[in-house]
Amino acid sequence: MDRFVFLTFDGLSRGAVYAAFALALVLIWRAARIVNFAQGAMAVATAYVGYSVADATGSYWLGFLVAVVAGLLLGAGVERVVMRFVDHSSPLNGVVVALGLVLIIQGVLGMIYGNEFRPAEAPLSRDAFEIGGIALLSRYDLFVFGAVGAVVVLLTLLFTRTPTGLRMRAAAFAPDVSRLLGVPVGGMLTLGWALAAGVGSLAGMLVIPTELGLHPTAMDIVFISAFTAAVLGGLDSPIGAVLGGLLVGLLLSYISGYLGATVAPMAVLALLVIVLLSRPDGLFARSKARTA
Amino acid sequence: MTALQDRAGTKATDRTKAKKISPWLVVVAGAIIVVALTYTLPPFRTYQLATVGAYLCVTAGLTVLTGLNGQLSLGHGALMATGAYTLALWQNKFNLLPVGILVAVLVTTAVGAVIGLAAARLRGPYLAGLTLAVAVVVPSITSTFDETFNSDQGLSVMLNPPPESMTNEQWQAWLCWGGALVTVLVLALLTRGRFGRDMKAVRDDETAARLAGISVARTQVAAFVVSAACAGLAGALFAVIAQSVSPGAFPLTLSLFLLMAIVIGGLGRLSGALIGAVLLVALPAVAHEIGEAAGSQRLEGNLALTFFGVVLVVVMLAAPGGLASLRVPFTKSIPFKKKGH
Repeated sequence: MDRFVFLTFDGLSRGAVYAAFALALVLIWRAARIVNFAQGAMAVATAYVGYSVADATGSYWLGFLVAVVAGLLLGAGVERVVMRFVDHSSPLNGVVVALGLVLIIQGVLGMIYGNEFRPAEAPLSRDAFEIGGIALLSRYDLFVFGAVGAVVVLLTLLFTRTPTGLRMRAAAFAPDVSRLLGVPVGGMLTLGWALAAGVGSLAGMLVIPTELGLHPTAMDIVFISAFTAAVLGGLDSPIGAVLGGLLVGLLLSYISGYLGATVAPMAVLALLVIVLLSRPDGLFARSKARTA
Repeated sequence: MTALQDRAGTKATDRTKAKKISPWLVVVAGAIIVVALTYTLPPFRTYQLATVGAYLCVTAGLTVLTGLNGQLSLGHGALMATGAYTLALWQNKFNLLPVGILVAVLVTTAVGAVIGLAAARLRGPYLAGLTLAVAVVVPSITSTFDETFNSDQGLSVMLNPPPESMTNEQWQAWLCWGGALVTVLVLALLTRGRFGRDMKAVRDDETAARLAGISVARTQVAAFVVSAACAGLAGALFAVIAQSVSPGAFPLTLSLFLLMAIVIGGLGRLSGALIGAVLLVALPAVAHEIGEAAGSQRLEGNLALTFFGVVLVVVMLAAPGGLASLRVPFTKSIPFKKKGH
């Protein structure tokens, strides 16, 4: 029972990170109808930048901030320089270009930093508090919850309460009409990518200290988990992504805890297969008209 | 955009009209060239030739799947691993290579059928995500069942020495190119007939294909199974060349490299698959030499990685039809106008 409680909290903490990462995928999907397969690599790149700054200045928090800002810039840059010029007549094109970016980013990171795991320290203690002899949460877990919660609240406020958010939604929903009405559709798209990549970088900074450390391919499994979370939530729904993330986190925590950590990736694959085959529009989808 | 498609369409028909050369002739000519090369090239080049042959098996299968049928698979690295591990397990138990290769192909075909059944119900990014997950999961499987697969160390492959009249490299090149030429022949014959037309019809418009009486799901599963068999053969051949298998030989980047190989040669063209296979061997070799010249180990592998990525992005942006389509440059300006979705 103690173990179950511990695994539950651990799973929620992991799940919060997957939720943030899935949210980043959903943001880009909603804005541009592209699943950003380069999200993981982009997050790793900014995490390297963040940790380099942290090592140079001795301040983790400055590094954290720099990583998120680097994420915003990288996202905007990727949209402005590459993704804007992708021919969207086939959905495969965007995917292939994103995968090309993965290779570029991993190659460049490997050239600069090498292909070894670099230790990445957590800024706060990862020892869990105990209440009544049961290990519950660590300071770091609380930080993760706080950071992801803040992101979710801020994004919700942005999209529902601000003119910019309204423009972003309009630009994604009806680009031609929005352009006629004076919305800078291209700019909104760039902003969407920037926000998504910023959130992705934040998730990367949160998850890397809990895994093996910094490595050019460190986010591959995280990406798969977050993709599964986003698909669970329907790929189109921010709330679904958050719930999906928490569910995937819990599942992975139980599986790693009871069956061993090496089984976890297989469990993600199994979950993804089950969801895609039984509820391809996500667990929370309303039924839609048939398209074919 | 329509103009581009029309032009591409007419070009395609021109090409099929012009290309009345029998695939049998191409294969015989290829076999003669390969045999001649194995007697003239130095051993290391012959080894590289063998590797090109092994890569050609999988790129040819993948370009049929992605180019002609429109299914993007990132799981072919994992399918190659399936073939390679099957061959290793078989060889270490029975040491009977021809049967082992056949078994490897069959097992991979079965695995491909399972993935293909799921894939036939998925589109675009969903299929890419699922197959990506398959590729990422390989090390997890080998570590979980480490008594069979021996975790990260992998297995060595027991092989009889080659016939006395030829060197090891020659034997490897003959074996790999035997497999590659058979693969290309089978694929060429398959895609020229009804199956090829069905695949293209499904790729271009599923509803229209269905109205024309084509079973969309069956065509998609069949395409996936065929290309999985090719990947299994390639995996088995790689296991023979390397005489060992390990999860490190089949990382996610391998699947991305394969994608690069078929994109750069032009999706759906078997000749493009050959260009891609050559580049898969040549570019890392060049990167290796540059890395050695610069005296930097970090540069070696990563330079090839970066280069492949740049090639993939540039080709997709500048010439989505691959290198062969570069003859008609600047067919369109790129206004920022999104198609309705």
